[in-house]
Amino acid sequence: MSVIVFIESKNSAFKKADFEAVSYAKRLADQLEQSCTCLVIGSDVSSARVLGVYGADRVVCIQHEALKAFDGQLYTSAIAQAYSAYEGQVLILLHSSTGKTLAGRLAVKLEAGLVSGANGLPDISQGFVVPKLVFSGKAIAKVELLSDHKIISLMSNTLAPEELGSAVEASSFEPQLAASGLRVIDRSTQTGTVPLPEAERVVSAGRGLKGPENWGIIEELAEVLGATTACSRPVADADWRPHHEHVGQTGIAIRPNLYIAIGISGAIQHLAGVNNSKVIVVINKDPEAPFFKAADYGVCGDLFEVVPRLIQSIKKLKGTH
Amino acid sequence: MKIGVCISKTPETTSRISFKNNMTEFDTEGVSFIMNPYDEWYALVRALELKESGVGSEVIIIHVGGKENEAIIRKALAIGADRALRYDTAPDDALKVAHQIADAVRKEGISLLFLGKETIDYNGAEVAAMVAELLDWPFASFVNKIDVQDSKATVRREIEGGTETAEMELPLVISASKDLAQQRIPNMRGIMMAKRKPIDVLDAVDSPLRTKIQLFELPQEKTGVTMVDPEDMDHLVRLLHEEAKVI
Ligand SMILES: Cc1cc2nc3c(=O)[nH]c(=O)nc-3n(C[C@H](O)[C@H](O)[C@H](O)COP(=O)(O)OP(=O)(O)OC[C@H]3O[C@@H](n4cnc5c(N)ncnc54)[C@H](O)[C@@H]3O)c2cc1C
Repeated sequence: MSVIVFIESKNSAFKKADFEAVSYAKRLADQLEQSCTCLVIGSDVSSARVLGVYGADRVVCIQHEALKAFDGQLYTSAIAQAYSAYEGQVLILLHSSTGKTLAGRLAVKLEAGLVSGANGLPDISQGFVVPKLVFSGKAIAKVELLSDHKIISLMSNTLAPEELGSAVEASSFEPQLAASGLRVIDRSTQTGTVPLPEAERVVSAGRGLKGPENWGIIEELAEVLGATTACSRPVADADWRPHHEHVGQTGIAIRPNLYIAIGISGAIQHLAGVNNSKVIVVINKDPEAPFFKAADYGVCGDLFEVVPRLIQSIKKLKGTH
Repeated sequence: MKIGVCISKTPETTSRISFKNNMTEFDTEGVSFIMNPYDEWYALVRALELKESGVGSEVIIIHVGGKENEAIIRKALAIGADRALRYDTAPDDALKVAHQIADAVRKEGISLLFLGKETIDYNGAEVAAMVAELLDWPFASFVNKIDVQDSKATVRREIEGGTETAEMELPLVISASKDLAQQRIPNMRGIMMAKRKPIDVLDAVDSPLRTKIQLFELPQEKTGVTMVDPEDMDHLVRLLHEEAKVI
């Protein structure tokens, strides 16, 4: 039996979240006294060796012409075939858009219980109980998986990736697949910055900025911190910032290590998407702003003075001044 | 072509969340419930638009839940859906909900099925993918644009850090993301007409039980905020570097 972790790679490149998933799977495999097998789609055999460093005992590259485009049915079929071939008992995926698209399908196909959005390792002292965030981060549910086969989709930033092993020879696996009924017409992705759900540091701004022309200081702060930018919903609705930056209940839910909220009041719907961040810094001129109650560090002052000062102080720390 | 729209019930966004029976059960006392926003604002409205443009013949609401949820179904009918099916069982397990929906799709001969991308309470995003697999249909997730022509749909999906546009064959399951459509407010005429639209009540179909919530916990409260002098950002940077160790 083995713990299987599925990774989707873009052109043989891996992200921090992928390594997190591998380390998580390895820690679970150790608890269960099983081996940890990593299945990869989109990588060549030589690049995938690195996954061993983060804990994979075995690395298997699933290769097939039909997997070039993301077709959930074919991905599901390919993963299920490899899962059986390598005697999987638990399957780990990331709670990313790909992972969410596949997890429910695989749960049906493998007759497995599913916990989606897990935020910790299973407790196997009595049964198999997995924690997950519910009610937009306002509570944690402990979910018991009752079936033989189990699937967990893992929130990013749950456990730091760890160097638990060393590079291993990867093998390849060719599944039997039908032709795809899907044709990709266009794909557009931002380049350069880390996508919000995976970002370790986020600089977020709200209506307090007064207008899109004032975002220069936000972008500069993000740049000196190596952070990704985000915004509150009214800012995206007013088209001051692109929609993919909108965080909160109706936007993206994130939990970076550092979330800096600037000129955001901290409405409950906004907090719902960010309140699981490890450290929250709030900059607001209103001492009564509700966000201060959810903050670890607060600065009460005019953002147009505070943020440039903060940028200078960070540059000093980094010795670039 | 029949279009199905699945709607679910969630606590209103500002609800205080608490639990009872030794933290094993969500306490609904004093909580007001709404139709899940992704279902109401995006999935339902886009389905109605497709019917209005001649692509669909009928928009059928599918709901899994007790009689107490009929107000939410009526609202969906008031917004413009033609009729509804209600599976009379508690929606307490994603797979169970998926089995009911798949049953409705088969019985009705639906060929395009809309769901919200997730509910705002359990945030699982599980049901749509499960339904797709039960039906052995393709599934387009996190869709913020869809057009249908003949037996093909052109969908724009949100993917990590961007979007992807693809052509997919019908029948198809769609999970709706923000911006798929513009929210519609039911008008008086819609509300009156909804009273006469049929809601068929069906018995639940079987589903294996593979998960069980043992316990809820509330996250640790923040221990309190450390306020920093706005003149002294060196101090904040020091705290973030040395105490919090995040920069
Ligand atoms: C169903 C529903 C879902 C929602 N979903 C979301 C969601 O997903 N995400 C989201 O963000 N919102 C969401 N909202 C909206 C939410 O309720 C708030 O309206 C919104 O978050 C407020 O945005 P804001 O903080 O940018 O603006 P405001 O509330 O206007 O706050 C601006 C803040 O800036 C401060 N400020 C102004 N000038 C300065 C200055 N010079 N220096 C320092 N501080 C200054 C002010 O003191 C104030 O606190 C939702 C609402 C509903 C009803």
